[in-house]
Amino acid sequence: MNRLNLNFRLKMLASAIFLSLFALACNNGGSQKGLAGSNTSSIAERVYVAPGEHDEYYAFMSGGFSGQLAVHGLPSGRLFKIIPVFSVDAEKGYGFNEETKPMLQTSHGFVPWDDSHHPELSQTDGAPDGRWIFINGNNTPRIARIDLTTFETVEIIEIPNSGGNHSSPFTTENTEYIVAGTRFSVPIPQEDFPIESYKDNFKGSLTFISVDPEDGDMDIAFQILVPGYDYDLAHSGKGPSHGWTFFSSYNTEEAYTLLESNASQKDKDFIAAVNWKKAEEYIKQGKYRTLPARYYDNSYSDETHSAKSELRTEVKVLIPSECPGLIYFLPTPKSPHGVDVDNTGEYIVGNGKLSADMAVHSFSKMLKAIENEDFVDNIDGIPVLNYESILAGIVTDMGLGPLHTEFDGKGYGYTSCFITSEIVKWEVATQKVVDRIPTYYSIGHLMIPGGDSRKPWGEYVVALNKITKDRYLPTGPELCQSAQLYDISGDKMELLLDFPTMGEPHYAQGLKADVIKDKQVRLYRLDENKHPYMAGKEQDARVERNGNEVHIYLTAIRSHFAPDNIEGIKVGDKVYWHVTNLEQAWDVPHGFAVMGARNAELLIMPGQTETLVWEPKEEGVFPFYCTDFCSALHQEMQGYVRVSAPNSNIPLRWWLADKMGNK
Amino acid sequence: MQPPVLRCYKEARTAFFLINANHTRMKKSTRIILAFAIILLIPLYFLPIWKIDLDAPQFPEGISMHIYIDKIGGSDPYTLENVNILNHYIGMREINPDDIPELIYMPYILGFLIVFGLATLLTNKRWMLYAWISLLLIAAVLAFYDFYLWEYDYGHNLDPNAPIKIPGMAYQPPLIGKKEMLNITAYSLPHTGGWFLVGSIFLIIIAVVNEFKSSFGKRGA
Repeated sequence: MNRLNLNFRLKMLASAIFLSLFALACNNGGSQKGLAGSNTSSIAERVYVAPGEHDEYYAFMSGGFSGQLAVHGLPSGRLFKIIPVFSVDAEKGYGFNEETKPMLQTSHGFVPWDDSHHPELSQTDGAPDGRWIFINGNNTPRIARIDLTTFETVEIIEIPNSGGNHSSPFTTENTEYIVAGTRFSVPIPQEDFPIESYKDNFKGSLTFISVDPEDGDMDIAFQILVPGYDYDLAHSGKGPSHGWTFFSSYNTEEAYTLLESNASQKDKDFIAAVNWKKAEEYIKQGKYRTLPARYYDNSYSDETHSAKSELRTEVKVLIPSECPGLIYFLPTPKSPHGVDVDNTGEYIVGNGKLSADMAVHSFSKMLKAIENEDFVDNIDGIPVLNYESILAGIVTDMGLGPLHTEFDGKGYGYTSCFITSEIVKWEVATQKVVDRIPTYYSIGHLMIPGGDSRKPWGEYVVALNKITKDRYLPTGPELCQSAQLYDISGDKMELLLDFPTMGEPHYAQGLKADVIKDKQVRLYRLDENKHPYMAGKEQDARVERNGNEVHIYLTAIRSHFAPDNIEGIKVGDKVYWHVTNLEQAWDVPHGFAVMGARNAELLIMPGQTETLVWEPKEEGVFPFYCTDFCSALHQEMQGYVRVSAPNSNIPLRWWLADKMGNK
Repeated sequence: MQPPVLRCYKEARTAFFLINANHTRMKKSTRIILAFAIILLIPLYFLPIWKIDLDAPQFPEGISMHIYIDKIGGSDPYTLENVNILNHYIGMREINPDDIPELIYMPYILGFLIVFGLATLLTNKRWMLYAWISLLLIAAVLAFYDFYLWEYDYGHNLDPNAPIKIPGMAYQPPLIGKKEMLNITAYSLPHTGGWFLVGSIFLIIIAVVNEFKSSFGKRGA
């Protein structure tokens, strides 16, 4: 009976996939898809932000394979800034200037790129508080922290004992921890094993990273060693379920080849429920093992305007079989992708991406099942709970390929269905579908501002789509990625707007602009600049030689550099341009570029010092100039550096008009 | 009935020559008003007296330069520096507080006026009151004139090598009120401390009128 049912469902699934692809192929005309029958001008008014007015929300969209984080406004969809996080950014000198290079240091060396998936805002009492936003690097496992007063990446910590940092960096209710689960299990610690020995030698790890409530400093608090599944996504409990974190998994088959079929055999995989308060007790009792590990913690200081890298060499690991009550498996159909906890903290949604139905677990039932030891199995010391005992209910007519669910705080969940390209709205308590609306096309994540917190702003949902096809003017084979904005304030969802995004947006986070907009730093105070090579005033600008290293203490202010003429540099020198922006005014950055530089430019905010290394290869006189249109006399903001032969005896000289010292 | 001007003159003459006469003492209500007038002068040591606001489309947040009794500040700690950066395009001399001796001796003048006010209150001499208001008004007028001279100097003595030169153009801010110069609209107005000064002078004038009334009253009785 069960078997028959499954077969029937699989056929349904297959035909639906076929039908949806067919529909996609045929659906190639019409300029207002999704707005049929609506009055487009009245919809336009609802996303129109008049010139000079501000958007109501900030939206932080992951850059996917760009490695960065994009900041948009809602409801307009306008792009404000791309924050460089895991990838070098020549525009801002990020990863090119001496100050930010250490940010991208890893145990594998300098890694200039990553794949960033999930932004997560810090929370207080379960609501986004606007202090920081975190984002994971999937490829070379890392988590970054971005300060929301400066919109700059201020810390990147590497996650040891991990392969593929996907289920990350979801926060606990007061950002006590953010988490990191391994998407790809690997030998822990790494070792040269035959791949066929997967089942014996490959392990997953679930990492809890503590966040200092004052300065945000991240540290790896502990890791839990778990069976070698693929840990896909996570969310932490809230309210009654605060103290627990849930990780979805697939490939409980432990396949290591042709996963698309071999990892899709079991009709249920697991959500791992971790009692992290229990973990804290075990740590306190010393019931952990200390494993050697090599990972970097890189942090940036707004005082020195520089980053430093610190190597860490060990990590605390908890083994489930030695720590009863630490972790349980919740059986969940089938290869669940997202695991989402509703705003009340009671419902745990397992978005079974290969299941036609969607299971919703009950946290209170889970606790009862644990209390009654209602277990059906035990895997490596991890009790597997009885599926029937923990289930709150099933959403039966969910679309196909449910991936993620966000909540509006009014009792409804909104689930993205990748295969059927739609958002399905359902009542959380009754698991009844109440509305559905198409997306264009192939929605992945979706985001309601605050929608994974205790206090959602349930006004809009943003669909983050994987495919755009005909939605925009075509741009060759590579088309833009896109987001769509829906109004969810009424009973029926309404499509308002399409807008392109940077890279591939995976998850996003949003919050009311008021939470952070008045806390923005406008400039860095020069009298607080502790950069070792800063020049706080023009009189301090100078050039110093130390062997073949030349340090130029350059200042920039509207509209000149000091000095603007430099002589005495020789071929073979390593020249450090330390440029201090002397401005103490809002929105007056200066740029710096020198001919032949094989790295990038500098873009220096008011009060900052940044350093570009320049190694001239030939004799001559080379110009340098300001790249950021700073003032009416920006075009005049230029200078020359004279490079002489290695054996020449041209002395170091520098000047600005008739001012400054010669040497 | 004598005309009021004559009465004033006679009153002043009496006050000056007959300093010990009973009717040269001030009324209690006058002394209370004077006490408040003195108190109102004290904040001038802490609050900006005058402000020059510069408005331009590219400065939505505005630039507001604040003149204190002993320094030049602004709406943020960097205002003066940024005003100087703007001014250097048109060749205006750098405004450097160290070049303005008034900022050193103005606090002493204010101190003298406050002490004079206290002495008026304590000695309870009506002629002292008249002398005080006269000194205050003279000081205010001189300060205004001095302020005008500085504005004229900064606005007219421009660097001949300035990047932006517009024949016939001067950049003297208004003494009080509004003036447009190139892309910038300048406003020159009292700031909080200035309004305290205005309030103080206003109270002293009330005190003077109060005393006049009483002396008229006595004569008429």
